[in-house]
Amino acid sequence: MRRVVVTGIGVLCGIGRNREEFQAGLREGRSGIGHITNTECLDLRFREGAEVRCYNPNDHFSPKEADMIDRFAQFAVVAAREAVAHSGIEWTVDMRENAAIVTGSCVGGQSTENQGFWDVYKMGKPRVHPMTIPKTMANAGASAISQEFGITGPAFTISTACSSSAHAIGQAFSMVRSGMADVAITGGSEAPFSYGILKAWEAMRVVSPTVCRPFSLDRNGMILGEGSAMLVLESLDHALARGAKPIAEVAGFGMSSDAHHITQPSAEGAAKAIRMALKDACIAPDRIGYINAHGTGTTANDATETRALHLAFGDHAKRLAISSTKAMHGHALGAAGAIETAAAIFAVANGILPPTINFTGPDPECDLDYIPNCARRADAEYALSNSFAFGGLNAVVALKRY
Amino acid sequence: MPDLMETDELTQRVLRIIAETQRKDPAQVTVDSSFEELGIDSMDGVNIVFALENEFNVNVPDEEVRSIRSVRDMVEGVRRLVEQSQQGSGGQSLGTETPGPAPEDQAPAAS
Repeated sequence: MRRVVVTGIGVLCGIGRNREEFQAGLREGRSGIGHITNTECLDLRFREGAEVRCYNPNDHFSPKEADMIDRFAQFAVVAAREAVAHSGIEWTVDMRENAAIVTGSCVGGQSTENQGFWDVYKMGKPRVHPMTIPKTMANAGASAISQEFGITGPAFTISTACSSSAHAIGQAFSMVRSGMADVAITGGSEAPFSYGILKAWEAMRVVSPTVCRPFSLDRNGMILGEGSAMLVLESLDHALARGAKPIAEVAGFGMSSDAHHITQPSAEGAAKAIRMALKDACIAPDRIGYINAHGTGTTANDATETRALHLAFGDHAKRLAISSTKAMHGHALGAAGAIETAAAIFAVANGILPPTINFTGPDPECDLDYIPNCARRADAEYALSNSFAFGGLNAVVALKRY
Repeated sequence: MPDLMETDELTQRVLRIIAETQRKDPAQVTVDSSFEELGIDSMDGVNIVFALENEFNVNVPDEEVRSIRSVRDMVEGVRRLVEQSQQGSGGQSLGTETPGPAPEDQAPAAS
């Protein structure tokens, strides 16, 4: 099987509109969370979110192009452009035919769908905009990326709630490793800030009205985020042959399903996905130096994830450096796995581990090293990025310094 | 006290809502039933509170939901909220639904 490397990264999210701002945000422990401005919050019990600030579609697309794709798909294209530019790929006919695109999105074009439903149900209008269906579909990001670069290889979208883009990266990794594709653009994008879906999140009672404090005793929920991260994956040989410089290696991927509950996480299911990722990467647990946790900031997730880390790592769990960067960029749902995989790549590549900000003090049920509040210089040869979705679908990406 | 509580109308409505949302025989649900006995987990609890909010036209704050541990907690919590709203001193929109979005051409999400 072929070795697979990351040669390009593009990111935009609450803590940065591009790769450089994102890395600076992680290093500085900057919060990207503030009052939600993209939609009126009206009677919502929460007001906070991690939006991509100062995003103007016209900075990236012609007005006609911007009309054709929802905000979430625009994010996918913007991140993919940055990742491709970073990789230095110069497309040939052959490369376009053999490249794959695998994206993740949980909720697709929410604001477009919301507007359509508003028009018919609330306003009693007799018609909805004709672009409502193609702008709402979750694969719109993958389709827009294929059009952007003229890529004609396999392209599809995975929707597994909060694991969507981690599963997407895992699938793209498998395709490049097996030889099905030489190059893959993979990641996820999400833009969930619209009134209807925020009401639905409010009803679940898992969103914090204040701040996201993963693993702290006084944590009171997650904060939603938006954005995208895209990676360019290539076989090592393909990258070296064109003179590209690998940023990191994708060492392995593990997944599992809890077979347990539609919303409650399972430590055993999460631990199994971690073990599968270690096995796939052919490494012992004590080789892992950093873990970008799922770390949503809910009571249930953080305690369960901690138990899972104890189960999977045994004695080494206490020596792991773990952080949840969601306290900074929010929970970007279907984009979360990709944004956090990007954070983990930068951690192994730069030797700077991002912190868990807003940390106020340990919960007895969360008894590990969560890199509280300040980034840390440390050499981590291997890192994991954990994603655990509602519905009990778990995905863990293993990364290695190159 | 428990006997009195079992018989009043508000308690019966709460028990009925719990039984309906959990698809249980109403005879199984009593004030002294534990969540464990009824097989109620945290998501079920959130679903029940949603039904109770609709039934009694009250709003239950998130932090109160997190502290609910039993059927009795639910009955007492609803009773307190209903009494507060009847006294008109409930503060934060208790007893009345907060207004929905104003009828405008743009949905609130439009941007």
